[in-house]
Amino acid sequence: MTKRWLIALGLLASVLSWQAHAELVIEITGGSEAALPIALVPFGSEGFTAPLDMSEVIRNDLAGSGRFAPLPKQDLISQPHEQAEVNFADWRLLRSEGLVIGKVSSVDGQTYDVQFQLFDVYKAQQLVGKRYQVPASGLRRLAHQIADQVYQALTGEIGVFATRLAFVTVINNADGSKRFALQVSDADGANPRTVLQSKEPIMSPNWSPDGDRLSYVSFENGKTEVFVQEMTSGRRDSVAAFKGINSAPSWSPDGKKLALTLSKGGNPEIYVLELASGNLSRVTHNSQSIDTEAVWLPNSNNLLFTSDRGGRPQIYKVSVDGGTASRVTFEGNYNSSPDVSPDGRFLAMVHGISGKYYIAVQDLASGAVQVLTETGRDESPSFAPNSRMILYATERNGKGVLAAVSVDGRIKQRLGEAGIDVREPAWSPIRK
Amino acid sequence: MKVIKLLTVSLILIGLAGCSSLGSSKKDSDAMQNGDVSIEDRNADSSGLEGGKAYGSDVNSERQVIVGEDGYSDSQFNDPANPLSHRIVYFDYDSSSVRPQDLPILEAHAAYLSARPNVTIRVEGHTDDRGSREYNLALGERRALAIRQILMLQGAGINQFQVTSYGEERLAAEGYDESVWSKNRRVELTYLGR
Repeated sequence: MTKRWLIALGLLASVLSWQAHAELVIEITGGSEAALPIALVPFGSEGFTAPLDMSEVIRNDLAGSGRFAPLPKQDLISQPHEQAEVNFADWRLLRSEGLVIGKVSSVDGQTYDVQFQLFDVYKAQQLVGKRYQVPASGLRRLAHQIADQVYQALTGEIGVFATRLAFVTVINNADGSKRFALQVSDADGANPRTVLQSKEPIMSPNWSPDGDRLSYVSFENGKTEVFVQEMTSGRRDSVAAFKGINSAPSWSPDGKKLALTLSKGGNPEIYVLELASGNLSRVTHNSQSIDTEAVWLPNSNNLLFTSDRGGRPQIYKVSVDGGTASRVTFEGNYNSSPDVSPDGRFLAMVHGISGKYYIAVQDLASGAVQVLTETGRDESPSFAPNSRMILYATERNGKGVLAAVSVDGRIKQRLGEAGIDVREPAWSPIRK
Repeated sequence: MKVIKLLTVSLILIGLAGCSSLGSSKKDSDAMQNGDVSIEDRNADSSGLEGGKAYGSDVNSERQVIVGEDGYSDSQFNDPANPLSHRIVYFDYDSSSVRPQDLPILEAHAAYLSARPNVTIRVEGHTDDRGSREYNLALGERRALAIRQILMLQGAGINQFQVTSYGEERLAAEGYDESVWSKNRRVELTYLGR
């Protein structure tokens, strides 16, 4: 082997190891025509260099949402950090509707004072103005929270930049083995951290309503098993390890129960597990069919789930107390992986059309179905907590990647290309 | 330098793997001439396996080694002409129906098991990687249970089975067409020991 080859391989190896830690980066692949022009002035920090460029984080959040068109930095006419320095006429000339300014200061280098203001440029009015004290480690999260406030003030919708994503990554080792990892990152893909690593598959992460716990399926003991893991302490408990399948966990709206799929009775059925007591109640009783993937309808005692009781997988609705299930999906001969928007209006699902699988959304009131994606290899839809976007898994260049699409199909984002397989995304609730 | 050494070692390993796969391809083509076995070559981009037509042979797969390690040096497991050498059964899309051509294989395994009540077998269901992972997990189990039922109807005892589903989490082949998908829709039989 020549030396050149060895060097090339060495480079390849370092690229691969770099990619294993690379962050997901949001890229807009289809934007809204009505993106709102906004000016984001880099926050002032007198006499010291702030540990984080907060306005850059805010800029990326707003641009990444597809709803805003931040002015390029070189077009910023001036760099005001306080209201007295703002000349609204200048910003009107730039056709910027919103203006965000702010400053960061620190007395001791430990605690940071951050203030920001959002102005309506045309009315020359402050819309939001706030002041915070945070440690250095809190600056990034605060930047996302500021972006949320700007988003909400200008769109009227709840911002979700300060939320998190859970997902599973897969690395193929040189010896043919795989390394699965359950990871949690900020909603913009930054700050990824591994909460579980295994040589065996990990599936179906699902956030508790308070965002403090994740339930998931792990094959670490040679078969499926459902775990609940606390995010802060890392403590984890096996909550279902029966004979057969233990899978598809989904939290109840009050965070006290999990809907599960268990086949301990010989056939996959939906059960509800009360976490504190361990009490298990069976919801479905259909010994001929696959019943799985239950999700709770918001503020209700009803579940949606996938069943092939009619011959092919479709989505049905049933009370957690059991009883007759009613069919919810009728379009197409393959509908699975239901997820319900937190506002209860929409059902996202995997929709099969002649052997290809897309993310589709069904208006639960009208029953109208819209297919939102194109690749034919799209799966695992998960609603953003503001019901506006749907995160899902797809493939690009033979690798699993995450993507997001707005419920109306107009805004498309790719969270990519980390260079490793990414799958099974779950968008966290809004942190209190 | 350590990295380079490691890489060299892994390259040698890759080279060895390449050699062994060449060897197995030859065996496969011999088997093909018998007219009853198709290729199950994980290294090939495409193979002679037509979706829905043939069951595969795992004579060259790692399962052979596992059986050997567990004390199953029994020659009938390794003789391609013996149905016991076939320990993977394939399925049609979204189906758990056993194909008629696979029945002789299952009959042979059932006879083996019923003659040896202390032998246990792992029945592992798999699917292709399209559609919902959770639904596929259930479908993999349904396939494994269909195989177990046939083996039990022909004399194997219920305590001789360990049924598991991996759904689409352990693919035998990766790709985007029916020749790949058909290799993944399978149940693998593994003898666990006496």
